[in-house]
Amino acid sequence: MFRELIPSLRACAVTFLACAVIYPAAVWALAALIFPSEASGSLLIRKDRSVVGSALIAQKFESDRYFHPRPSACDYRADAASGSNLGPHNADLRKAVAERAAKLKATHEHPAPVDLVTASGSGLDPEITLKAAEYQVPRVASARGIEVERVRALVQKMTDRSGAVLGAPARVNVLRLNLALDDERTGPR
Amino acid sequence: MDWSLFHPFWAIGVPIALSIPLGRLMARLLDPPADRVGRGVDAVPMFLIRLFGHREPATMDWKRYATALLAFNTTLFVLSFAILWAQNLLPLNPDGKGPLTALGYKDAAGIQHDGADTAVIFNTVCSFVTNTNLQHYSGEQHLSYFSQLGGIVWLQFVTPACGLAVMLAVIRGLRGDRHLGDFYLDTARGLVLVLIPLSLVLAVSLVASGVPMTFDGAVKANTLEGAEQTIAVGPVAAEVAIKQLGTNGGGFFGPNSAHPLENPTPWSNILEVIAIILIPMASIVMFGRMIRDRAHAVVVYGVMAAPLVVGAGIAIWSELQPSPAARGLPVTSGVNMEGKEVRTGAVAGATWSAITTATSNGSVNAMHDSFQPIGGLVPMSLMMLNVDFSGIGAGFLNMLMYIITAVFLAGLMVGRTPEYLGKKIEAKEVKLAMLAILIHPLLICGGTALFAGTAWGPTTVANPGPHGFSEILYEFTSAAANNGSGFEGLADNNPYWNIATGVVLLLGRFPSLVLPIAIAGFLAQKKRVPPSTGTLRTDDLTFGAMLLGTVLLVGALSFMPAVVLGPIADHLTTVVATP
Repeated sequence: MFRELIPSLRACAVTFLACAVIYPAAVWALAALIFPSEASGSLLIRKDRSVVGSALIAQKFESDRYFHPRPSACDYRADAASGSNLGPHNADLRKAVAERAAKLKATHEHPAPVDLVTASGSGLDPEITLKAAEYQVPRVASARGIEVERVRALVQKMTDRSGAVLGAPARVNVLRLNLALDDERTGPR
Repeated sequence: MDWSLFHPFWAIGVPIALSIPLGRLMARLLDPPADRVGRGVDAVPMFLIRLFGHREPATMDWKRYATALLAFNTTLFVLSFAILWAQNLLPLNPDGKGPLTALGYKDAAGIQHDGADTAVIFNTVCSFVTNTNLQHYSGEQHLSYFSQLGGIVWLQFVTPACGLAVMLAVIRGLRGDRHLGDFYLDTARGLVLVLIPLSLVLAVSLVASGVPMTFDGAVKANTLEGAEQTIAVGPVAAEVAIKQLGTNGGGFFGPNSAHPLENPTPWSNILEVIAIILIPMASIVMFGRMIRDRAHAVVVYGVMAAPLVVGAGIAIWSELQPSPAARGLPVTSGVNMEGKEVRTGAVAGATWSAITTATSNGSVNAMHDSFQPIGGLVPMSLMMLNVDFSGIGAGFLNMLMYIITAVFLAGLMVGRTPEYLGKKIEAKEVKLAMLAILIHPLLICGGTALFAGTAWGPTTVANPGPHGFSEILYEFTSAAANNGSGFEGLADNNPYWNIATGVVLLLGRFPSLVLPIAIAGFLAQKKRVPPSTGTLRTDDLTFGAMLLGTVLLVGALSFMPAVVLGPIADHLTTVVATP
């Protein structure tokens, strides 16, 4: 056993160098060279260089003037992400779903989309389904005082259908949609 | 058109197709004929072992091979413990993460203890040295970038390479080679010829889809509604690539591949899910090439794939059912979306859950704790069987133990001396194989009974009733199977859970690596018996059925009572009616 100690120590040093130094450095260099924006976290930056957020991370929206993302078990904390981990038979989950449905003013004739009443796995899901966006269109339009059709058209324009062949649903990035919505108000179009 | 049900065909079909050329390539690269050693690309691993102090490839018998394995892993354990313990003193810590021991924990009586839990480091090191990646910490909250790369990524590379090395040695023993090879050369070949190149390609593809790779600290954002949001980033892509390819599973962020920065698009999702199972599948193809018996390898491959395919089907069906939590409420009747992400959804979440537990990967793209009870039963059962491709190298070794048992049982049935690949299987091998098989249920059922029966378990579960019992059962199953996924509601970061699962992790890993080396060593010395009409064939459907039956029978006998108390009881519970 002790005779084996020297080669094992040297093997540790060499493999550490290969796996924890050279390999990450190579990935980092290639990433910075080819995909600099993605490598730094797909950040959306204002004209004054301040960061609005990441296109891949949900942020909290409470105003009626904006589309809302899916519920978050970690209150949209992007440095401490987590899901709810509530089992389907847990009374707490049922209570949370009922409260969210009530807050969305859902009725049995006009039920809430399932992704708007359930917490996402990461608590940071940046997207909602197209149905969940359409559900919120009347609220956003009336809060902004613009025609429903204009908002609906914007939602359609912002819908991401990529990966459909892999089974991904049509979906909308909430932060990008809300940014587009703000542009719509001020823009000349 | 709804294409979601096509997802499992991509997720299982593509890796099957890729495993055949990759397996052949691995056989060529990892087990070159004597005249090719050190030539061409093999010069790189030969150069590395010279740095280790081996001038020529060593010729190790089983004892020396096992000793080298244990010595290397002991050194890994000590060094990675030191790195994690000293993380606040080491560089690459832009967010100023404190020592890992400062996490603190609530004890069974609910009293908070601060800065007293060195056991979390013990647990983390056990978990990563055993290729498991059970995480009782949360990556983006508790680890510095140095710990992520120097502690986690390093072990995520070398531990699957160790598993692969042991597999190569055991196959050489079965083949009847005079020695089992050189442990360090096998490990170096696995690293530089398979794991590092594949990870490099995958990591860069993941960055293209949006996975960050930066050494800058967390980003402060000023949100559209004017609030502050701190966005944790880091060298994520490098870690995600090897966590998927090396049957590791330990993510950079707490929610693993459910986190949009680990798995941002449907495309990254399919790449990651293929990466989970690619090398475990390819290693069986490699086995067939090395023993020059394709038909037998096909039987083994099929027996490994069958429970995976059935399990994925059941999990998908189960997650497509509406959640009982929404029954009667004004919610569109849809799939079970609690704990899942929109871009992947229920089908991809369930498919991933089966693939990640059939192999001993353990990464997740949806929270298993929030699955339907039957949906959660699938990953649990696949870990209990622990032979459906399972960990790189380790899965083949587990299956070998079942093959020896099945050959023995079949031999008893027809009254002949059992043989495997032309070698007589005798009492000594069968005893060791049974020992290797029985450790697994003993660890799971023993640990679960201890924690369910004392305050350690019930005070830490997040869900009431049978689901709470399932959380305890899942945690021990995941630890014993060296998987690393979890029913993450469990408050498992306290000394009881850290020490208990740490010990289970070690006992789940090293006996099931060392016992097969011993068996291979014994078999290598036996004379090859020429096949006759009385030889039991191991390359036909009958043997496949016999082997699958043995696996399922041992699994059912060992785990059925525990499963009935957990997920089955949970499934039969009616939902609590609240307004």
